[in-house]
Amino acid sequence: MYAEAFASFLIVTGGFFVLLGSIALIRLPDIFTRLHGPTKATTLGVGAIVIASSVAGYALTGEVSVKELAVSLFLFITAPVSAHLLAKAAQKDRGEGRG
Amino acid sequence: MTLRDWVLPQPFLTLSIAALWALLSADVSGGTLLLGLTLGIAIPLFTSQFWPGRPHTFRIGAALRLMLVVFYDIIVANFAVARIVLGNVDGIKSKFVDVPLDTNDPYVATILASIITLTPGTLSIDVDMDKRMVHIHGLDVPDRSLLIDEIKTRYEAPLKEIFGC
Repeated sequence: MYAEAFASFLIVTGGFFVLLGSIALIRLPDIFTRLHGPTKATTLGVGAIVIASSVAGYALTGEVSVKELAVSLFLFITAPVSAHLLAKAAQKDRGEGRG
Repeated sequence: MTLRDWVLPQPFLTLSIAALWALLSADVSGGTLLLGLTLGIAIPLFTSQFWPGRPHTFRIGAALRLMLVVFYDIIVANFAVARIVLGNVDGIKSKFVDVPLDTNDPYVATILASIITLTPGTLSIDVDMDKRMVHIHGLDVPDRSLLIDEIKTRYEAPLKEIFGC
């Protein structure tokens, strides 16, 4: 019961931040500010959903699953790399457009 | 170069890959462990050319402390960015900021750049080891020097403590 409530809370929170990442994509003015959205969605948004999965799994089966930890670990490692590449490409593109 | 450096250039990475493989496989048996260890030995060997020379010290206490700080900052900064995104987006002052580095270790600089990207509101664009700075983009930066100060004291100083450089 408490675990379910906690998991629900985490899912809603996570969903809110993932949604926010998408809203940021629409509302922010240029590519550099827009890049801030997706990095956020993966950190707190997906992080919260993944923890919710772990909590719910424990409540339902009584087994502690650590696979979720691996998922968030991969996300935390890969998110900065893709953002970094996109930003670098955008910067190059902009520089050549001006030059 | 000793034999150990040759076969096991990164023992910690080898163990991590083996552990992750066992974690992701449905069951832990002799077979999955063996395959995990094989991958753990092969991957560092095949990617060794991509790895910058790595610092030799690693202080685990300082590393755990930095992890807590980063998690805390991710949560707090997420709410700050949420306010910006849902509020008046025309009023934000996004700019590029160059953060000068105290370290000349590319390994430390890369970790710092990743932390900067993971904490919302800042994004690292380029790590320039020649000029020794990280080129970053801030979503809402009222004061450049304040942001630089924060990054240096909150993340770079602990990183230097962890790797002892």
